[in-house]
This record gives sequence, structure tokens and C-alpha cells, in this order.
Amino acid sequence: MANKIPRVPVREQDPAVRAHNFEEVCYGYNEEEALLEASRCLNCKKPRCMEACPVSVHIPEFIAKVAAGDFREAARTIAKDSSLPAVCGRVCPQETQCEGSCVLGVKGEPVAIGKLERFVADWSRHNGVRFAEKAPSNGIKVAVVGSGPAGLACASDLAKLGYDVTIFEVLHKAGGVLQYGIPEFRLPKQEVVEYEVENVRSLGVKIETDVVVGRTVTIDDLFDREGFKAVFIGSGAGLPKFMGIPGENLNGVFSANEFLTRNNLMHGYDPSYDTPVFAGRRSVIVGGGNVAMDAARTALRLGADVTLVYRRSEKELPARVEEVHHAKEEGVRFHLLCNPVEILGDEKGWVRAIRCIRMELGEPDESGRRSPVPVPGSEFEIETDTVIMSLGTSPNPMIARSTPGLETNRRGCLVADENGATTRPMVFAGGDAVTGAATVILAMGAGRRAAAAIHKALQSEK
Amino acid sequence: MYKILRKKFLTPEICLMDVLAPRVAQSAQPGQFLIIRAGEKNERIPLTICDYNRDEGSVTIVTQLVGASTRIICSYEAGESFADVVGPLGQPSEFIHKSAEELSHSRFLFIAGGLGTAPVYPQVKYLHNAGASVDVIIGARNRNLVILEDQMRAVCDNLYICTDDGSYGEKGLVTDIMGRLLDSGEKYDQAVAIGPMVMMKFVTLKGRQYGIPLVVSLNTLMVDGTGMCGACRVTIAGKTRFACVDGPEFNAYDVDFEEAMRRQGMYRNIEKEKDHQCHIGLHQ
Repeated sequence: MANKIPRVPVREQDPAVRAHNFEEVCYGYNEEEALLEASRCLNCKKPRCMEACPVSVHIPEFIAKVAAGDFREAARTIAKDSSLPAVCGRVCPQETQCEGSCVLGVKGEPVAIGKLERFVADWSRHNGVRFAEKAPSNGIKVAVVGSGPAGLACASDLAKLGYDVTIFEVLHKAGGVLQYGIPEFRLPKQEVVEYEVENVRSLGVKIETDVVVGRTVTIDDLFDREGFKAVFIGSGAGLPKFMGIPGENLNGVFSANEFLTRNNLMHGYDPSYDTPVFAGRRSVIVGGGNVAMDAARTALRLGADVTLVYRRSEKELPARVEEVHHAKEEGVRFHLLCNPVEILGDEKGWVRAIRCIRMELGEPDESGRRSPVPVPGSEFEIETDTVIMSLGTSPNPMIARSTPGLETNRRGCLVADENGATTRPMVFAGGDAVTGAATVILAMGAGRRAAAAIHKALQSEK
Repeated sequence: MYKILRKKFLTPEICLMDVLAPRVAQSAQPGQFLIIRAGEKNERIPLTICDYNRDEGSVTIVTQLVGASTRIICSYEAGESFADVVGPLGQPSEFIHKSAEELSHSRFLFIAGGLGTAPVYPQVKYLHNAGASVDVIIGARNRNLVILEDQMRAVCDNLYICTDDGSYGEKGLVTDIMGRLLDSGEKYDQAVAIGPMVMMKFVTLKGRQYGIPLVVSLNTLMVDGTGMCGACRVTIAGKTRFACVDGPEFNAYDVDFEEAMRRQGMYRNIEKEKDHQCHIGLHQ
């Protein structure tokens, strides 16, 4: 019986070694391991994994091709639905999506769908296999704002349908959060991100960097002056949140966005780049999400002794279990159930310590998680040189403010229906700009749905 | 890539460049800035926009040799290209929202410190063309840091120049001239100060004595310049604001200058260390 084979473990870099370098943590499967793991798939008639995938990758189909040793066809199957398989294979929360729905997971371990997707994508890259099948050009111009996962997915689908797509990116490299947010040791930039962005370009999509939509051009300019017939906004959630506690503007307090952007986009960890980055001898990370784990593990690699402070307990950590596990293995210290109340400075205005208060869990709040309540009189200090605030992000208001008629909700998110249609005709939106900070794959799913809606709207206009 | 059309050293330490960046030139307004990344491994540096030519599609930047990054920018020659020019960033000056009619009855005083003369120039030019009366004070440490004198003279009513060491213009500080003008009964509807943080702080103290409306432009640290990193956060009237998207211009009397100056020096030690490593073979 196929399902008697245990899930094939994936090889990883030794925690003691990787805590000091920026090379990728996970090595991925080799051919032999991939063949064995693929053989575990039951090829269900009604694949629940595929239903749970936000971009609906034909999972059993591609896995069957891996099991048959036809990696090229496996890659072609994935390419129909995803332009970023090497990215998704690495950063998707498979445990709550495809793998979380795998029948094998009911009694045992689910098929390692993510690792198999990664294997196929890496194999294609190493063997120069690229699929750029698309309809003949229809000459209709569509603009995409932001080259993150939502924008890339939307642009790919539209290009495949024959549209003339231009992506406008504010930073100097395409990829959005894949470039500035997720660290090299989880998602190699040049090898993986740039290659998969190139996949999108090979479909004929143009990417114009250094364009600040809302300042350099407005959405109205794109329609009126540049002849675009529809616009998709996938500008993400880039605005960092701070706590509003005393001492937050001391030197040595950074947003996770700044700290990670300096390291990832600007290669601060690489001495051949000019970017200064400072983690200090000791660093405190505030927050419990994936970004907090990324910041903690980055600070650790820069040589800091790292403590992570989170106001709830381990069970409520919003980060993926795998990320928490990796962070612990590498030596990040977790201070759970405590919350900062003040950051203390030295006489020169640099961070000296952070004062926290212990928390206990009370009644569940609207998110269903038990809300933390401060324990009176339990304040204590942690000495540190830097504090990295990783409390989440919200959408940048620049585009909405410069576009008359484009509405946002109370949280600053663009108002859009399930197909991405906003309050402005022919302007669509999706991803974090609409939902607030979420995942790569949900943004890609929103980008795909919006592409279908844009296609439908433009066809009915004819 | 963004081609450098012309390059000229205004003084031994200050370099002016016209750079081809049609989208930025098309949208630039007085008060805004841009970000330049010279080459692949260089930092993103916020610089003020000194002028823009929409017909040619060029923007003019003025850079002073103060550290490793500005030295790299100034090492580029006409005909070469910068990797990135991003902008325009920040809010335009508030007066661009006023009508020509209103501006033609207004009188402005600009106080420019050293390199701050560069961002003052497009503002004065805009106001002059709109029919406003504008007086300008330019202050610098010494004559090698006095720039754009002729250009400024052509677009303002009165130009006053001073240097700390008296090597050019009168000897003294911008606040001395400012005080003298206001003491002699000159009336201005609005004053604008752009220059080193410490200069803006003292101009603000002076301005408070006379109760004159005053705006300053804050040149903070930045990475992306679009509200993403928060490196540029400043305290304005007790609230944290981002200089890159909420500014760079703020009501001077609301600014926490002590904090702004401290934060500006955050990476100074790290940069000095890097600066000592290599001065040659800059962008090659």
C-alpha cells in the first residue's frame, strides 16, 4: 500500500551552522526523495487538496507526473495555474491549505505537496524549462500596480489571455514582499525570486520599476494619458504599525519593515553593499507573526543575542509552526505572555532596555483567541541595544488618496468585492491592499480572480 | 537607467547634475524630493529636487560631498547613468494650492542654509512666476558652500548672503539677517527655512520671537521614501509622522528638533566605518 510509506523528511542546514549564515535553511528533495514522496499520493478522485489551494493548482495531476518521473510535464501542469511555484513551494502555509486537506493527514502524515511543488520548480529552473504559452496579442493595455504576488499572478493570467500588461513597481526590484520582506535564508532572491519574475516577463509582461503610483503617475493618468483600459491594484500592505508607547522613536528602534528591507532588498548583510544595518549585540523583537520570526532570525544571523516578546502564549503565535520551530532551533529566546510598555534610552538617546509587563489570558476576543490581560505590578526590564517592532502592517494610503472615487474602509484597506472590483469602474484590487496583511498565496488567488473579472469586463465592453 | 545629461561642480564640494527622468520631471512640484540609487550596490539616497524641465524630461539635483554615498553620486560623469531615480516623493509645498490671485498679494521670506539653497530655488521660482514677492537669505559656512546665487537673484526681490567666516557676503548667521529684517519692520506672510537641521532649529527659535508663520523641510534618514520603512519618523506636535509621506515640510513650531537631530545620526558610526574602507574605484 502506497500510504504505508512514511512522509519523506526534508534535509535542512544544521541549526548551529545556519544561525550564522544567510544561505537557504531547507535543501528540498532530490529526485529520489521526490519520486518516493510522490508515490504516497492516492490521486483522489475528488482532490480536497486542490480545492484548498487558493490558486487551484492541479495537485494530484502534477504529483502523478512526478511519480512517473516526468518532471517536465509536472512543471507544465503547475505553470497553468501558478507563475511562482518555487516561491509557493517555499513560503505557502501548506499545513492549513493543500496539506491540511490531504486525506492521508487524517490518520497519518499528509503528502508533502509543498516540497514536491518546490522540487518541480527547482528542477525546471536547473534544467532551463520555462512555459510561456499564451493567446495571440489582443493589443488591449492593462496596468498592474505592484509587482508582488497579487500583481504577478494577475499580470500572468492577463498576459496568457493576450493582454498587453505593464506592471508598475515602486521599488527598484520586482517582487514586492518577496524582495523586501522575506529573507534570503527562506527565499533566495536572485536564484528563486528573480527567476520566477522572469517567468512572468517571458509571457510578455513589461515591468517598470521606480514608479510611485499616486505620485509619479496617478491612476487617472494611466487611463487618460497612457491608454490603459483597466487597472489592477496589488500594492500590498506596506505601512508599518508602531505601538505608540514611550521611547519608540529612540535610536535603535526599527520597524521590521525597515530592518528587513535593509537586509533583503538592500543586502545589508552583504559587506559588498553600502547599506548600513544594525542589529546590536542584543536585540528584542516585538510580535509573533511570520515577519517577527524573519526579523528575529535575521538579527540572530547578524550576530545579535535575540529575544522575542509576544503578548499571548505559544498556542496563539500567528507564525507558521515551522517558522517558530526553526527560530527556536537557531537559538531565538521566546518571552511569551508579556507586552512592552516602554522603551528606555541612555543619555545619548539610544535604546538601553525595554520594559514589559506580564500578561495572562482572559476571555476569547472577536478573533476567537483568548485576549491577553496585563498582570498588575509585574513589570520587568530586558536590556537590549535594538528593538524591532513587528506588529503587522496596513495598506499604504497613497494610491487611494490620489484616486477620486476609490474607497477604503476603516482599516485603510481598499473596498473591493470577491472579484476585486473596487468602487471605481475598471479599477480592480486584490491581495494585502484589500485584506490587510495576509499570505503570498491568498494574494495570488485574489490576483487570479481579478484577472478573470478584468477579462470578462473588457470582453463585454467590446 | 537614468542618464546624466550635464554635470557641473558649482564649488569644489558641490555638484549639480541634470538627469533624464521623464516621469519624475512630468510630476515634480516645489517642495518634493526624489531618491537616487547610483549603482547596484549603493544606498537609496533622498535628494532634493533643485529644478525640473518637463519639456526635456530632466530633473536637476545638487549634491554635496559629505559621505561615501554622495561621493559616489558625484563621481558619475555626464553620459553615464544612475540605476534608479524615484519620485517625486513627499507632499508639494502648501502654497501650490493657493490661487495666483492670492499669491500675487503675498510676501515670502526664504532662509536657505548651504545645500538647502537647492530645494529653496524651485519654490522661489514658482512663487516669483506666480507674482509673489520673495526675499531670500542664503547662509553658508564659507564661500565654497554658497551656490546658485545668480539663479536665485533672477527670481527674487532681495537676496541676502552671509557666511560663518565672512569669506563671502556678510559675516554672520542667517538668524542675524532674519532678525534684522523683521526688526526693521519688514512683513512677511510666510517664512520657509531649509538647511541643516541645527540651522532650522535656530531659525525656528528666532521665528517664534517674532511670531512669523514658518515652515521647515526635514531631511531625515529614509530607505524607500514611500511610507514603508518608518526610518524617517519625526515627532510633530507630539505625534509620530513620516517625513517621506506626511512631509517633508512641516510647521516649524511643531517639530521636535532634538529628536530629529539625534535620529539623523543613527547610522553615523557604521557609515564612518564603511567610509574609511574604500575611497577609490567607487562605482566601477
